[in-house]
Amino acid sequence: MSTTIFEKGRSGRRGYRLPENDCPAEGLELPVQRTGPVGIPEIGEQEAVRHYMELASKNYHIEKGIYPLGSCTMKYNPVVNEEIARLEGFAGLHPAQREADVQGALELMYGLERSLSEICGMHSFTLQPAAGAHGELAGMMIARDYFRNRGEERDTVIVPDSAHGTNPASVVLCGFKPQTIVSDERGLVDLDDLAAHLSDRTAVLMLTLPNTLGLFERDIDRIVGMVHEAGGLIYMDGANMNALLGIVRPGEIGIDIMHVNLHKTFSTPHGGGGPGAGPVGVSENLADFLPVPRVICEDGRFALSYKSEKTIGRVHPYYGNFNVFVKAYAYIRTLGARGLREVSENAILNANYLMSLIQESYHVAFPGPCMHEFVASAANLKKHGVRTVDVAKRLLDYGLHAPTVYFPLIVDEALMIEPVETESKETLDHFAGVMNRIAAEAKEDPKLLHEAPRNTPVRRLDEATAARTPDICWLD
Amino acid sequence: MSYVQNTDEDRKEMLKAIGAADMEQLLDPIDPALRVQGELALGPGMSEAEVIALTRELAGKNRPASEAASFLGGGIYDRYIPAVVRYVLSRSEFYTSYTPYQAEVSQGTLQAIYEYQSLICRLTAMESANASMYDGATSLAEAMLMACNIKRRSRILVPEALSPAVRAVLESYAAGKGIVIEGIPFTESGTMDLARLEELLSVESAAVVCAQPNYLGLIEEAGEIARLARDGGALLVSYVDPVSLAVLTPPGEYEADIVVGEGQPLGNPQNFGGPLLGFMATRKAYMRKCPGRLISATVDVEGRRGYVMTLQTREQHIRREKATSNICTNEGLCALTAASYLTSLGESGFREVAMQSMVKSHTLYRMFSELPGCRLPFGENFFQEFVVTLPSPLDRFMEAAAARRLLPGIPLGDDFPALGAGALLVAVTEKRSRAELERYRDLVSEAGGET
Amino acid sequence: MVPEECQFTKEHEWVFVEEGNVAVIGISDYAASELGDIVYIELPEVGSHVKQMDPIGTIEAVKTVADIFSPVSGEIVAVNTDAVSAPEIVNKDPYEDGWFVKIKMNDPGELDVLFDHSEYTEFLGEQEAADADEDDMEEEEE
Repeated sequence: MSTTIFEKGRSGRRGYRLPENDCPAEGLELPVQRTGPVGIPEIGEQEAVRHYMELASKNYHIEKGIYPLGSCTMKYNPVVNEEIARLEGFAGLHPAQREADVQGALELMYGLERSLSEICGMHSFTLQPAAGAHGELAGMMIARDYFRNRGEERDTVIVPDSAHGTNPASVVLCGFKPQTIVSDERGLVDLDDLAAHLSDRTAVLMLTLPNTLGLFERDIDRIVGMVHEAGGLIYMDGANMNALLGIVRPGEIGIDIMHVNLHKTFSTPHGGGGPGAGPVGVSENLADFLPVPRVICEDGRFALSYKSEKTIGRVHPYYGNFNVFVKAYAYIRTLGARGLREVSENAILNANYLMSLIQESYHVAFPGPCMHEFVASAANLKKHGVRTVDVAKRLLDYGLHAPTVYFPLIVDEALMIEPVETESKETLDHFAGVMNRIAAEAKEDPKLLHEAPRNTPVRRLDEATAARTPDICWLD
Repeated sequence: MSYVQNTDEDRKEMLKAIGAADMEQLLDPIDPALRVQGELALGPGMSEAEVIALTRELAGKNRPASEAASFLGGGIYDRYIPAVVRYVLSRSEFYTSYTPYQAEVSQGTLQAIYEYQSLICRLTAMESANASMYDGATSLAEAMLMACNIKRRSRILVPEALSPAVRAVLESYAAGKGIVIEGIPFTESGTMDLARLEELLSVESAAVVCAQPNYLGLIEEAGEIARLARDGGALLVSYVDPVSLAVLTPPGEYEADIVVGEGQPLGNPQNFGGPLLGFMATRKAYMRKCPGRLISATVDVEGRRGYVMTLQTREQHIRREKATSNICTNEGLCALTAASYLTSLGESGFREVAMQSMVKSHTLYRMFSELPGCRLPFGENFFQEFVVTLPSPLDRFMEAAAARRLLPGIPLGDDFPALGAGALLVAVTEKRSRAELERYRDLVSEAGGET
Repeated sequence: MVPEECQFTKEHEWVFVEEGNVAVIGISDYAASELGDIVYIELPEVGSHVKQMDPIGTIEAVKTVADIFSPVSGEIVAVNTDAVSAPEIVNKDPYEDGWFVKIKMNDPGELDVLFDHSEYTEFLGEQEAADADEDDMEEEEE
């Protein structure tokens, strides 16, 4: 265990020092109110660095090994992009600077919007949303205002039961009512159930494509036709876009609104939970509803335009997570058209390969070629008293990270595995070998799994006590 | 260049293991008619050297505020960032990790965020803080939703002296839930009109928002606003600048119910306005109504201290459409930045940041007060930012300033026409030197002479 | 309360009728163990009126949340504040200390649609059999 920074503080120690104040305070009327201490620990620089390095040593991260979290697309984060994003010409810009002083930044944003539009086959993109769920919300606002503008009263959004939890939560935040439709025996949208739910109240069908089972909706053409026939729009949650780069352009197959996650598909790091970016693309008839400001280009000059009568307004106080845009832009330019296609083909190949290696030991929920990820189940280990959580914890003992567990909800004891394109065949072989060995251990010595992990900085933690009496703030 | 490691030989072997003849077989679920014909119109890829050259060229077309004498603020500030802070967040153990779903191998992130939460509690004098939100604006929007949920009411009173960008985000979020936002005007002293507040409060009011300092830089009578809100049966939501809390009364002391704000000034670069850091703190009693992730200390099976995400049933991945918010990804790395910023400065260093900002801004204010043609409408009741009205139009002045690498402030004329076309919001942080203040004074003095 | 003397809903709430048509409500030991460690309970206020099968509260484990449905209509006359402050007692003793609310019933006739103990046991048996079937299928695929 690491002592907290609060315990390490000693009053009077100094770390960073400011330059001397060259403005005297004498004679000024300063409205100081707070006189007591805030309670920030005082610690020397060496101790501060050691503290954070000690914490760093307790984290799993991509530069350590495979991170096969399903639907999270934990791919390599190119180090050069970090270097680029730190350039003072990007990092040092204030959002209220004059357009003449930020031409390079606007050009980059414009270029990124155009690239994403090309990749996704959408008419235009906004970069404002700060994360995928934020993009979903912006997308729902666009749909709401679109129907309001047409004078149509449509208040429901259809969401498949395999959807990520943010989907229904975003729907509600926007004032729509979510309706769940079931998946059929193939793990795909049940067309009969979809038909039964479509009506003149349907605003949107919200679809993750490929879905969270790692399957491409084989009937997408019919689904699009049915929804459009009913007067609704189709929103695509693009969290799984890593399967489709250069293979399918969602706009071309009838998707009306979508978001992409720059921190998944476009290689920007997750930062231990953020920041990300969730740009939203729309078809031409919805472009007027995008948030303002929009970046425009006139005669080679870039500008921010606030002129839009139909806009949903702002979802971000400025332009979005610009620092993330820089990295995604560099990534797209580095890969180019062929590189992006290579990403998706190899992501699909790696997922199918890994699936083939472990399907003897684990039940694969929906067999057949998967896209960039697949869902396995540890339900077959239940008879040995072993649950998915035990498999996940045992993986940690082998120095690997676990897949997404217990999601999607429609698969019992789910293990959702996304190996991503940047992992090598040897890494996949190793991961599969460990998975298979753990399945064997479950039969021979389930205690190994129940007591896992043993080789980690801490072992299983008491979540029940934390939830009953949360300790979320250090008290001296 | 795609960072893919598979060789042609690998691919062959892998396809064989799968039992597929070729890649085409794996793409079988996608109707060929739906696929991209040909190549995306993105052009060829680039080598590392080429992409560095390209992006350097773009960066070179910008003139960053951080390299000028910047008096720009309005929520985003140009402050010193200790090298330690930059170093910590450049560590891949932090920046390439995911949300700490497997707690046993994420103790670094979890403990860092726990310490961040604790620091936010101390700054605000509140009992609990969450693990971060996108930015100050969306944090305020979430606080609004939370207040409406707690009070089961649907009107929110917000100061008109609030950042227009923040107000715009608030409006977008309010529209979805049918929440009505009412503005509380400011008086000629630039602070909230308390008499109007009292009139506007009704049985429908879920919360009163107090921006401290307000957008015009002025310090509100927060205690009085809190009392009026309480008497009206509404919650008090404080929207605060975190650095100001070193010298202003913490919201917990005037019994705020929810405290939110923009955490960029805590060691995060300006980054053209993103990523930012939304922080949120509240009373223990409202912890279960709070959006976003929460980290709790606990013990492992051997009794060792450790950290976990807690109260997860509030969140979208469990409660779905009934969740307190749709937020999933937050700004964890920016929260780590804030924690390492505060601890590398320490109590006295942090207080000095606030004091130097206050002293320097008041010094500039006094310099301006001696210039003819330069109007200071609101007095000295401010933290580090104030309004000055210069002879309009401002365009030529702004141009002249830019030529001397000085960014004078944010023009307020469009958003606050009552302040006049020449109104500027001027922020002075600890990073400004006396020489820069004098340069600014001379520039104003020259401009005043010209008009 | 002895389980044998309780009646049950399909949602796994139990009802025990005390004197004066007052129904005591809780959840079965099966439900408590399926949920795992119970960490939080939200119950209605005394004096509120509920209809049969209305959601009257929620029960939370670490990573699940379930609604509590009222097996009968009537007025809430008591809530178990001990269970609210120490939810783990529902795991320990779901039929005695772990009760949730007492409801003054409007219509005791509503009890007729509920399972008695043996019917409930049978119902659980059917559910488990269904689960076991699934497991068997998986066995075959292995």
